[in-house]
Amino acid sequence: MAKAIDTAPGAALAHDSALKHATGEAVYIDDMPLPAGTLHLAVGGADTTRGEITAVDLEPVRAAPGVIDVFCAADVPGENDVSPSGRGDEPLLAVSGVRFDGEPVFAVVATSHRAARAAAALGRVHVRAEEPVLTVDDALDQQRFISDEQVMTRGDWREAMQSAPHTAAGTMYCGGQDHFYLEGQVSLAVPQEDGDMLVYCSTQHPSEIQQHLAKVLNKPAHAVTVEVRRIGGGFGGKESQACQWAALAAVAAERNNCAVKCRLDRDDDMRLTGKRHDFRFDWQVGHDDEGQILSVDCTLASRCGCALDLSDPVNDRAMFHVDNAYFFPAVQIRSQRGFTHTVSNTAFRGFGGPQGMLAGERMIEGVARATGLDPLTVRKRNFYCGPKRNITPYFMQVDDFILNELVDELEKSSDYWARRDAIHKANAADPLMLRGLALTPVKFGISFTASWFNQAGALVHIYRDGSIHLNHGGTEMGQGLFIKVAQVVSHALAVPIDQVRVSATRTDKVPNTSATAASSGADLNAMAARNAANTLKRRLMSFAANHFGVDVESVRLADATVFADDHELPFAELVELAYLARVQLSATGFYRTPKIHYNRKKASGRPFYYFAYGAAVSEVAIDTLTGESRVTAVDILHDAGRSLNPAVDLGQIEGGFIQGLGWLTTEELWWDASGKIRTHAPSTYKIPTCSDRPTRMSIQLWSGGENPEPTIHRSKAVGEPPLMLAISVHQALSDAVSSISGYRFVPALDAPATPEALLRAIVEERNRAALPAS
Amino acid sequence: MASARSEFRCLIGSETVRRWSFDPHQTLLDFLRLEARLTGTKEGCAEGDCGACTVLLGRLRNGALRYDPVNACIVPLGSVDSMQVLTVEHLADAEAHPVQQAMAREHGSQCGFCTPGIVMSLAGLHDACARGQAVANHETINDVLAGNLCRCTGYGPIIAAAKSACTQPAPAAFDSLRTSAEKTLREWQGDTGFLDMQGSKGRFAAPIGLDSLWQIQRQLPDAQLIAGSTDVGLWVNKHHKRFQGIIDLGKVQALRGIQKDARGLTLGAGVTLAECIAPLSALASDLGPLLHRFGSRQVRAQATVGGNIANASPIGDLAPALIALGASVELASADGKRSVALESFFIDYRKRDIAPGEIVASVSVPLDAHTDFHCWKVSKRFDQDISAVCGAFGLAIDNGTITSARVAFGGMAATPRRAALCEQALTGQLAHPDLLESAGAALEEDFAPISDMRASASYRMLAARGLLERCLRRISGETVPELFPLAHSLQAPASG
Repeated sequence: MAKAIDTAPGAALAHDSALKHATGEAVYIDDMPLPAGTLHLAVGGADTTRGEITAVDLEPVRAAPGVIDVFCAADVPGENDVSPSGRGDEPLLAVSGVRFDGEPVFAVVATSHRAARAAAALGRVHVRAEEPVLTVDDALDQQRFISDEQVMTRGDWREAMQSAPHTAAGTMYCGGQDHFYLEGQVSLAVPQEDGDMLVYCSTQHPSEIQQHLAKVLNKPAHAVTVEVRRIGGGFGGKESQACQWAALAAVAAERNNCAVKCRLDRDDDMRLTGKRHDFRFDWQVGHDDEGQILSVDCTLASRCGCALDLSDPVNDRAMFHVDNAYFFPAVQIRSQRGFTHTVSNTAFRGFGGPQGMLAGERMIEGVARATGLDPLTVRKRNFYCGPKRNITPYFMQVDDFILNELVDELEKSSDYWARRDAIHKANAADPLMLRGLALTPVKFGISFTASWFNQAGALVHIYRDGSIHLNHGGTEMGQGLFIKVAQVVSHALAVPIDQVRVSATRTDKVPNTSATAASSGADLNAMAARNAANTLKRRLMSFAANHFGVDVESVRLADATVFADDHELPFAELVELAYLARVQLSATGFYRTPKIHYNRKKASGRPFYYFAYGAAVSEVAIDTLTGESRVTAVDILHDAGRSLNPAVDLGQIEGGFIQGLGWLTTEELWWDASGKIRTHAPSTYKIPTCSDRPTRMSIQLWSGGENPEPTIHRSKAVGEPPLMLAISVHQALSDAVSSISGYRFVPALDAPATPEALLRAIVEERNRAALPAS
Repeated sequence: MASARSEFRCLIGSETVRRWSFDPHQTLLDFLRLEARLTGTKEGCAEGDCGACTVLLGRLRNGALRYDPVNACIVPLGSVDSMQVLTVEHLADAEAHPVQQAMAREHGSQCGFCTPGIVMSLAGLHDACARGQAVANHETINDVLAGNLCRCTGYGPIIAAAKSACTQPAPAAFDSLRTSAEKTLREWQGDTGFLDMQGSKGRFAAPIGLDSLWQIQRQLPDAQLIAGSTDVGLWVNKHHKRFQGIIDLGKVQALRGIQKDARGLTLGAGVTLAECIAPLSALASDLGPLLHRFGSRQVRAQATVGGNIANASPIGDLAPALIALGASVELASADGKRSVALESFFIDYRKRDIAPGEIVASVSVPLDAHTDFHCWKVSKRFDQDISAVCGAFGLAIDNGTITSARVAFGGMAATPRRAALCEQALTGQLAHPDLLESAGAALEEDFAPISDMRASASYRMLAARGLLERCLRRISGETVPELFPLAHSLQAPASG
């Protein structure tokens, strides 16, 4: 049996299911043996993007082979809504009109997955078509917004802009992103006694599914149980977006009194579920000769789609991250939330933060090109520092800023300046192949901005043989949450980790949990689990003190043994004795994040408990004949605090970076003029493959990392922040294009930087370079 | 004529599975997951692009068992007749396979959903390495994994796992599974019958002789021919297509030949894209990197030369290259054979010069020692993507003068097509980058590409011009920098 010390927080243990993943034994919902008579559900809709439904002909659907049941909105027993915003704008099935391509209008229940899908394709939904509002620009032109404009201001930004020696300005578009979790949306609803419903759902937010299903089924919440053992990737796409499919399966299960599975085909998944918000940024920055920023005016306009969903907090978070690592002496950040006839956009790793930060880094680029300074110099000159330059645009004091040290270290270890020289020489020697380099930092706020989500619960049992059962509200989606929390509990009780069994997340074990999102999974759930474990530890120690007749101060647990003065006893024996002495061996734990508060109306407060930091250097090459590009080298230094599990954290950093790389380079979402998404499958939507990973990639955890706040073992959240390290790739590509004009302009490069976008920017940059200097 | 056999048989791991009636549309993946309950193999996209359903297909090639990865979601069950299928469940015995252990040890999985597919791709590499047929270097690993999407890890730990596992010998259990499968497959090969199964939902036939093929075609004129089914598989999965029957050409021996003589290279229609990499690269070195970017290993192990041509995609990466090389297609039917130039085989969008009852039998590429050949594809993503533009240039250059030119593009028109005016602009001229002005202008007369999700019309034109420039610089003796030099260093996998 391994010593507990080998598995304590800080040990690089494998994911709890690592070997089961590799042998195929890990069970996902679609792999579960089905109860006898299980039926399968698929949805059908109109072939129109927007309009009033005039007629629905479902006879061909009913007549199709294997069809058992077909139902529409009117057949939903309770509320026909699963909107997480509570606005009532996300019907399970559309009622009177459709608002995006493929919006489900009816559901088919059949004897097989294929039969259900084939039948669904036969439905005829007639719609009086109207002209759709499709893009951010459409929404701005027509003033269609899904919610109110938000503004964040600090200082007299207008006056500061006017009096600034120089200003730079521009407009940039950045695309959205499909989650492309490898396991698509799936739910299996199984009717229970007393009209209860047990739902296995691939979701990051079981409690929300439970609440919605109760309303949809018109039952109390205690009649619905949601279980999640693992999900095949989430990235935000299974936070609110899993609900509709779970609810449809549950309604069908209730109607037919049998188990019903709803698994979306990949094309349906990509057509019918929300994505990362795409944005338009209009920015202006006032600065001096030395590249110091004096004033910022930035408007972030996004495409939210046809329902509110999580668009408010997503856009809020975009606003919170425009400053990234930089102090803006005076600032206005405006946010406009466009309504469009496209599927409602939703949470995606970073939750708006990456988009806001991309705008911020573009402004730095603007200052660098205007002053002729290297962008890294401009970045460092504008870093938060000291007591006078540490207030964010939302009046939070940044008092844990470590980027001065961290960036210094990365600048040296990556040999930034020597490489900068080499790139200048290479570009001069070979104008056909442009090289670029960029170092960008990340400062990411940790906490849900909706303060009530910052709570968690856990349940820990110790059985008579000393084995431990651990349950908490966090879901395992590959991020290694279960092993991290198990490490914390095994450490708290001083037992080897194989004595701790992590178990499926269930709403009947730990109630009213928050989504596993906002990078908060370990911060919240490990704290709650440790609190539960500590309760048990106190009970056991007090029992031991009593049992051995010593002071509780002289009792300690270590190496699966209780030591009490001269006495020692194996943990399992202590537990058995405690049981016989009627000591409670089960405990719940709870945690809520301290210190946070935020006044949204005033755009002021402390929305974040702390910040996570990191920085990356990316080097790229662009073939100017075609616009194809390649990332040739990446150096990352990231702060995970005192890492709970370095192996897991390094995996999050690399995976996040590559996912961000995809967002900013190859992952282009493309809608045709009628509003149909044409990139609805991996054949047309291109996430990174193995060869897109830079050949030379160095990833280090910052050795100085330690959370100044008393988080779980002083660790830091690591789920989302690394995604934004990939902004260095976009900046490096832009840097390469800018070399054409002798680094005089910010290239007309949007995101994603596809070969087409890059070639367009190259042509534009050549045109500008050819103009006489103004 | 070989006799028909109504019994379908295959090895699933070490177990022989026999069926006398099944839905000819049934995919191997549905069979594995729903019938055999081998749920380790996952469905990620049902269109052969994500690799989550990767299994190893054991086939006899030149009498020896060879494992190739395929996407089970687009393989019809009937197509694996007399083959062995290995899934992730078959690798672990008392102990996990070295690849499985390495994946766990190196933190190669996060959510785990793509992992079984990745394990199978790497198990194929491991088998090849253990038999001295491959080396697990960086380029090979990239090639092996190009068809396996992972959304969590960023691939680094998977690459590490591949390198570490491939230094380990094959487990004894795997060796014995392999040996006994090879024996069974040889026995099956020895009996000359071919699968011709009539199920309640249609017929599935996989003739091995042309005579049987013509006979079945006469009986089932509306049956869908498949030669790899990497596209037909999508029609079934995504468009719910149902056919009167399916005729699989993959086992027709007469379509499997690769012949090289003084006149040229002839590739049978049933030669897989994987198998044609070596002979085509020997013909023109640029074809190697192009073919390694054609689909993924899974797709290339399944898709065929004939399927790619008969499918008449407007892009079809093979077609522009073959047109520029002056290839011709041989069409065969019960009534005889005829040959047409590949460029005239494509009439319009998905329209081909092919009569009912005819099949694409082979493609012949003339050998011309004077031909200077260059080709490139441009796509959003380097690996496993469909071209926005694919350009191919077959030039004869005599003493610095271009004496003849065959320039063909995919992605620029409704079919892969020659650029006649561009060719004219080049012919008779000194090879020099300055030719770009006239030849580039001609290109704009030659094509009026469309805008779609892959690229806009204007980008397609710019990129086509960029490829022309790259070609002109190269033939003028310039060293044109390569963004993707690695692709050139890839060795073609051993064909068999």
